[in-house]
Amino acid sequence: MGELVLAARGLSRQFGGLAANKDVSLDMHRGELHAVLGPNGAGKSTLINLLSGDLPPSGGQILYRGQDISSWSPDRRSRAGIGRSYQRTNIFPAFTAFENCRLAAQSRAPRALHVFSRAQNYDDLRSAADRALEQAGLASRRDVVAATLSHGEQRQLEIAMVLATAPSVLLLDEPLAGMGSEESQLMVSLLQKLSVDHAILLVEHDMDAVFAVADVITVMVTGQVLESGPPDQIRSSLAVQEAYLGGGEPDDE
Amino acid sequence: MSSAIKTSRSALLATLLVLSIFPLFGSDYYSELLTKIMIMAIFAMSLDLLVGFTGLVSFGHAAFFGIAAYAVVLVSPQYDPASLWLVLPAAVLAAAVAAFVIGLFVLRTKGIYFIMVTLAFAQMIYFVFHDSPLGGGSDGVFINFKPELRIGETQLLDLGNAAHFYYIVLLLLVATYVFLRILLRSPLGHALAGIKSNEHRMLSLGFPVFLYKLAGFVIAGALAGVAGFLSACQFGFVTPEILSWHQSGNVLLMVILGGIGTLNGAAIGAFAFVVLQEVFSALTKHWQFLMGTVIVLVVMLLPGGLASLTQRVRRLLVGGGSNG
Repeated sequence: MGELVLAARGLSRQFGGLAANKDVSLDMHRGELHAVLGPNGAGKSTLINLLSGDLPPSGGQILYRGQDISSWSPDRRSRAGIGRSYQRTNIFPAFTAFENCRLAAQSRAPRALHVFSRAQNYDDLRSAADRALEQAGLASRRDVVAATLSHGEQRQLEIAMVLATAPSVLLLDEPLAGMGSEESQLMVSLLQKLSVDHAILLVEHDMDAVFAVADVITVMVTGQVLESGPPDQIRSSLAVQEAYLGGGEPDDE
Repeated sequence: MSSAIKTSRSALLATLLVLSIFPLFGSDYYSELLTKIMIMAIFAMSLDLLVGFTGLVSFGHAAFFGIAAYAVVLVSPQYDPASLWLVLPAAVLAAAVAAFVIGLFVLRTKGIYFIMVTLAFAQMIYFVFHDSPLGGGSDGVFINFKPELRIGETQLLDLGNAAHFYYIVLLLLVATYVFLRILLRSPLGHALAGIKSNEHRMLSLGFPVFLYKLAGFVIAGALAGVAGFLSACQFGFVTPEILSWHQSGNVLLMVILGGIGTLNGAAIGAFAFVVLQEVFSALTKHWQFLMGTVIVLVVMLLPGGLASLTQRVRRLLVGGGSNG
C-alpha cells in the first residue's frame, strides 16, 4: 500500500438541522482506488465537496500529506494536487474540448504576467491538454465546441480536464453516470491505470464497475460510515445488505 | 472563416485610414466630435474588458474616468502647462490605484450585488469631488494650460492644439485596441474568458479567481483613466458630472449598443451613441426619449449589438461562405 495522501478525520457538515456528514473518517492512499457507496442522500457528494473545499466542514479535519487543510480554499487545494470532477457536468461550454483542457493545464503554469504572449503557443500546455484528451478517449473530438459534444462525451471531458491539471488525488463524483457502455468500459480501464500512481476517491452508483475496480469500499448511510473494507468484506457484510436491501433476506451465501 | 477575418481586418485598416486623414478634410466641428468619439471608444473598450470578456457588469466605471480627469487638474500647475510625461502617467496611475482599492471590496460580490456595489463606490467618489473643495465643488474646475510635450526648449506637442490633440487621441485609441487584442489572447485573457464562462470550475481547477478578476479590474480602470485624461484635456475643465452614475450608465449603453464582448462593438457603440446624442439633442430637448427608443430597438432586434449588423451584412454580401 502506498503512502497516506488524503485523510478525513471525524468530518461533519450540518445543513441547518440535517447532518449531511457526521463523523466521517477515511484514508486515501497512493495507488489505491477507494470507492464510496451508499443510497441517495447518504452524503457521498457532500463528502467530496468537503474534501475539495467546495463546502467548508462544520467539524473535523482534512489532512493532506499530514497537513491540516480544512480551511484551504478550493483553488489552493487544487494547486496542491487535489483534483475533482463533478456529478453534473461542469465545463466551459463555449470553448473547444482542447481549450477546456488547455485552460485546465494552464492553472499549473499560470503565467498571468506574460500579457504579451499567446496562450495557445505554450507547448507544455498543449501537450498536457492533448494527453488528457487522449487518456479520456476524446482525442478525435479535440476541436469540437464542448457544448455540442454528446452528454457522454461531456462526461469524458469532465475527467480530461481534471487529468490536465496533473493531480495526485482524484475525487470523482459519479464519472460513469450518463456514459454509454463503450465509454464506461474505457473509463473503467482508465481508472485502473490511474489508480497505480494516484489516490482516487470514486463515488459511483454502478455496482459492477465499483466492485471491479475498487481496492477499498466505504459504505455510507445517512451521512455516516456504515462499513469500510475490501470488496469481499463489503459484499458479504450483513449490515450493508440490510442497508441496501431494506432489511430483506440475503439471497445467497 | 479566414475571409471573414480578412474582411474585418481590411475594415479596421479602412477605418484607421479614414480616421488618420479626416482632419485634413473635415471641418473643425466634426474633427472635435470625432475626437470626443475616439475618447469614448477607449472608455467603452475598457469597460468591455470587464463586461464582455470577464463577465463583470460594472455600473461604476465612470469613477476611474473621473479620477483620472481630476488627477490632470490636481497635477497641473496653475500658471504653466503641465508636462505630458508627468500628467498622463499620473492620471492613469491614479485611476489604477483607485481600481485596485475599490476592486478589493467590490470583487467579493457577484451578480446584481456587484452592479450595486460598483455603483455605490462610484457615487461615493462623485460626492468626494462634488462636496469638497478638492475639485471645485459642483461647478468643477478649469485647466488653465493644457499639457504639452517638451524636449528641452522645443515644444513637440501641445494638447491645446486641436490637430495635435486629435492625433494623440487616435494614437492612444489604436494603442488601447492593440493592447486589449494582445491581452485577450494571452494566458491572462484566456483565464478571464474562463472566469466569464464558468467561475466555479476555474476555482476548482486551481485558478486564484479573485486575483485574476482584480488584475482585469485594474487594467480596465487604468484604460478608463486614459480616456478620462484625454477628456479633461479636450474640454479644459472637469466637473463632478463626468463621474456621476449617468456617465457609468452611458458607457454601459455604448457597450450594449455596439455589441458586448467584441471590442470593435464597443468602439462602434461609442460612435453611434455620441452621434445619436448629437443628432437627437439638435432635434429636441427630450432627446433621451429618442435615445431610449433606439437602445430598446437595438437590444430587441439585434441581440449582438451593432457589431453583429456588420457581420450580417457581410454574410449577405459574401453569401454562405463565411459562416462563423
